[in-house]
Amino acid sequence: MALTEERPPLELTTGGADVQNDRPLGVFTRPTATHGWKSWVTTVDHKKIGIMYGAASFFFLLVGGFEALLIRTQLAVPGNKLLSADLYNQVFTMHGVTMVFLVVMPMAAAFANYLLPLQIGARDVSFPRMNALSLWVWLAGAIFFNTSWLLGGGANGGWFNYAPNSGVVFSPSHGIDFYAVGLLIMGIASTVSAINLTVTVLNMRAPGMTLMKMPVFTWMTFIVQILLVFALPVITVALFLLMFDRLFDATFFDAAKGGDPFLWEHLFWIFGHPEVYIMVLPAFGIVSEVIPVFSRKPIFGYPFMVGSGIAIGFMGWGVWAHHMFASGMGPISVLAFSLATMFIAVPTGVKILNWMATMYGGRLKFTVAMLFSVGLVGMFTIGGLSGVSHAFAPADTQQTDTYYIVAHFHYVLFGGALLGLFSGMYFWWPKVFGYMLSEKAGKWHFWLMLVGFNLTFGPMHILGLQGMMRRTYTYTQGQGFNMWNMVATIGAFTIAVSILVFMYNIASSYRKHRRNPVNPGPDPWDARSLEWMIPSPAPEHNFDEVPVVEEFDEFWNRKYGHDENGRLVRIARTEDVVQTGDATDVHLPSPSYWPLVMACGFPLVGYGLIFNLWWALPGALLLVVGIYGWVMEPSTDPSASHGHDDHDPSHDEPDAAANELPEGAVDTEAGTGSEDVAASDDAPAPEPAMATTEETTVG
Amino acid sequence: MADIALEQVEDLEFPDDIHETATGISNPKLAMWVYLASDCLLFGGLISTYLLYKNRPGNIPGLAGSPLRASELFNIPFTSMTSFILLMSSLTMVLAVNSIMRGDKQRMRLWLVATAVLGGLFLGGQVYEFTEFVREGLGYTSNVSASAFYTLTGFHGAHVGVGVLMLLSAVGYSFRRDIQAEAIEVLGLYWHFVDIVWVVIFAIVYLIP
Repeated sequence: MALTEERPPLELTTGGADVQNDRPLGVFTRPTATHGWKSWVTTVDHKKIGIMYGAASFFFLLVGGFEALLIRTQLAVPGNKLLSADLYNQVFTMHGVTMVFLVVMPMAAAFANYLLPLQIGARDVSFPRMNALSLWVWLAGAIFFNTSWLLGGGANGGWFNYAPNSGVVFSPSHGIDFYAVGLLIMGIASTVSAINLTVTVLNMRAPGMTLMKMPVFTWMTFIVQILLVFALPVITVALFLLMFDRLFDATFFDAAKGGDPFLWEHLFWIFGHPEVYIMVLPAFGIVSEVIPVFSRKPIFGYPFMVGSGIAIGFMGWGVWAHHMFASGMGPISVLAFSLATMFIAVPTGVKILNWMATMYGGRLKFTVAMLFSVGLVGMFTIGGLSGVSHAFAPADTQQTDTYYIVAHFHYVLFGGALLGLFSGMYFWWPKVFGYMLSEKAGKWHFWLMLVGFNLTFGPMHILGLQGMMRRTYTYTQGQGFNMWNMVATIGAFTIAVSILVFMYNIASSYRKHRRNPVNPGPDPWDARSLEWMIPSPAPEHNFDEVPVVEEFDEFWNRKYGHDENGRLVRIARTEDVVQTGDATDVHLPSPSYWPLVMACGFPLVGYGLIFNLWWALPGALLLVVGIYGWVMEPSTDPSASHGHDDHDPSHDEPDAAANELPEGAVDTEAGTGSEDVAASDDAPAPEPAMATTEETTVG
Repeated sequence: MADIALEQVEDLEFPDDIHETATGISNPKLAMWVYLASDCLLFGGLISTYLLYKNRPGNIPGLAGSPLRASELFNIPFTSMTSFILLMSSLTMVLAVNSIMRGDKQRMRLWLVATAVLGGLFLGGQVYEFTEFVREGLGYTSNVSASAFYTLTGFHGAHVGVGVLMLLSAVGYSFRRDIQAEAIEVLGLYWHFVDIVWVVIFAIVYLIP
């Protein structure tokens, strides 16, 4: 015990709940809750963070969906007076920004966070606390952005927010200020997350997991992170310039004073086009996991799958100006970007063909996950084809700002990204929550959504070719737009019903599981990648022992081999190759309050910038305190227990878990019983001189 | 009990996930490289903005705004001197990394403080330069070239400022805890990057007419 007394006052001593003298900066003790809401807000576990990303983005899907229904209701009949022109501008802008930055990107981040470490055989991401920081900063930015509804109205310049329309003269409300500052905050979150996941993929792979043995989902997510790393600073510059224009009277985008609205267009789309792939590649990754499993064949042409992903990511940087064909940038630029855009269809086509070739000759099983994946292949192909039609500049000049464009990007983002994300939800739901979603309700969900989707966005091709302009709050009788608009509105409400079915599915499947818990087991789909090797739901420490990887589809190849005729034969029972999840003595990063503290600072700074600079002061103070508290707190609590509870299958939901005994705090019977835990509880061990503060340097 | 304590110490000093990475580069160092790659595009965007606007409103007749341009006010000898000071701070940074790698904490603190002082001198030079420009009538909103100039150099200055704070924090931290040599090395990466960016900015903004 003498050792404990020699410690400097600021050093941590123990995570034990009964020895509370470790307060970095004298503020907080180390959080120790492992259950209940506190364990969620202080967690650094990539799985909990992934679940929270998913839940929050689903909430914003409802918000954005509600905005979409407002738009469609307004347009259902000519001359409708539901929304004023101004409110309509706000609603479609908020709908677009919400769906892009608050739904598709974070939902992809949910999958990335949850699955990426599991698929590469890691215990967590490389910087667990920074991972928590990304979540909270993103959420703070998202909420901040949406508070604009209450503070003078939402942004009204469209999601790409062209200058000079975004200037104070044309948009005097604070909406676009919230757009600029909110996206800056979310950009910080995404940058941190992208760096974190990039390093995770490069550094944290299990032994033997070379880059070309990684699952396709991991590859696509990896490419997305690289795109984010390089795309986000560009939008950051654009948003800063916009912010200086609006809040500090600069004239970067004011043509009358020498500013160039073109600069915004270029900066925005240099970010914006890679952003398109940032949204859709994770869904491609999900589909590339789902289709092989339900075809019982390995993915066709794995190297081409990876290569085409890289090619898309690379070429995505050279096509941005195809969004600007109508801007008069000159024939040479138009020609170059037109050609590049046609070329980028090639790797995308490779992917479509590979998915079909994977299914060809396979033993297809149309589960809901598979249906959504096949739905993506079909719908994205339609969206891709209308996309190629924009590559022809003369045609595009006709289509610019019509509903044809709206139809196109909803076919790629809804029909591509969102269907893929739903596929992933049905596929990985048992792994994440420990129970299956109902296939029957799921099929209702799928078919309603597919029909509703095509009813909504299919007719927009026709409307667009007929000349109906987007972003116009109404149309008049006799323009010939009536019928298809009504059809689209009916379709939108069909999609809303399908979302309700999905929510019903979650609730009823969960209730059924509560009444009669049936654990789906580690591998309900007879799947191929490493995350299916561990129990469902995934235990806190992921792998009992880090797997040694020998080939692509490692888990599958541990179960199946080939006989001398090349036929598939089972070589091991699934029960023999999966892990039990009862390892004790696993070293895990400890929870922390500091990411949350820092995240609270950002929106305060944001309000300060917009309304009164003095308000930014407490926010900045929180940031500074957060950073120093973070640095002074070792990333791993030196004396937290290394044990883990056996996960009782009935304790898989956050609320259900509340009755489990907390671990590491006062446990002696929570299933570990190992000696060092017991010992560290009554006699705190000394902290090593050199704390393993892997993040201190990054601050 | 002593045995258990020792075991834990070892466990913490060599957790497998820190010393064995798939690339052989530690996580913080790789993260810093990735961040710096990202930062390149931040400065890329700002430099492009400056290049686009540097002669405005002069080169487009009939535009509103002060005709004064930042490039007319440059004091090249003075900025060359502050640039030289910043470049020398890279040398002291290298010496600091070298000291801690030899385990010489005292020397390391000395060189870190020296680096911070040189960085602070550079910042002081920038503040002097800006106030001088404002005195001669070129404010942030005077015209679009002034805004672009102040934004670009201001962003760089903010990077230097954050770097100085990190250097001083590292010195303070080293009194409280043992600091890892690699932390200083990673900090050095950031610092050298900021210097290199300044070389680019100095060449593009100040030297190329």
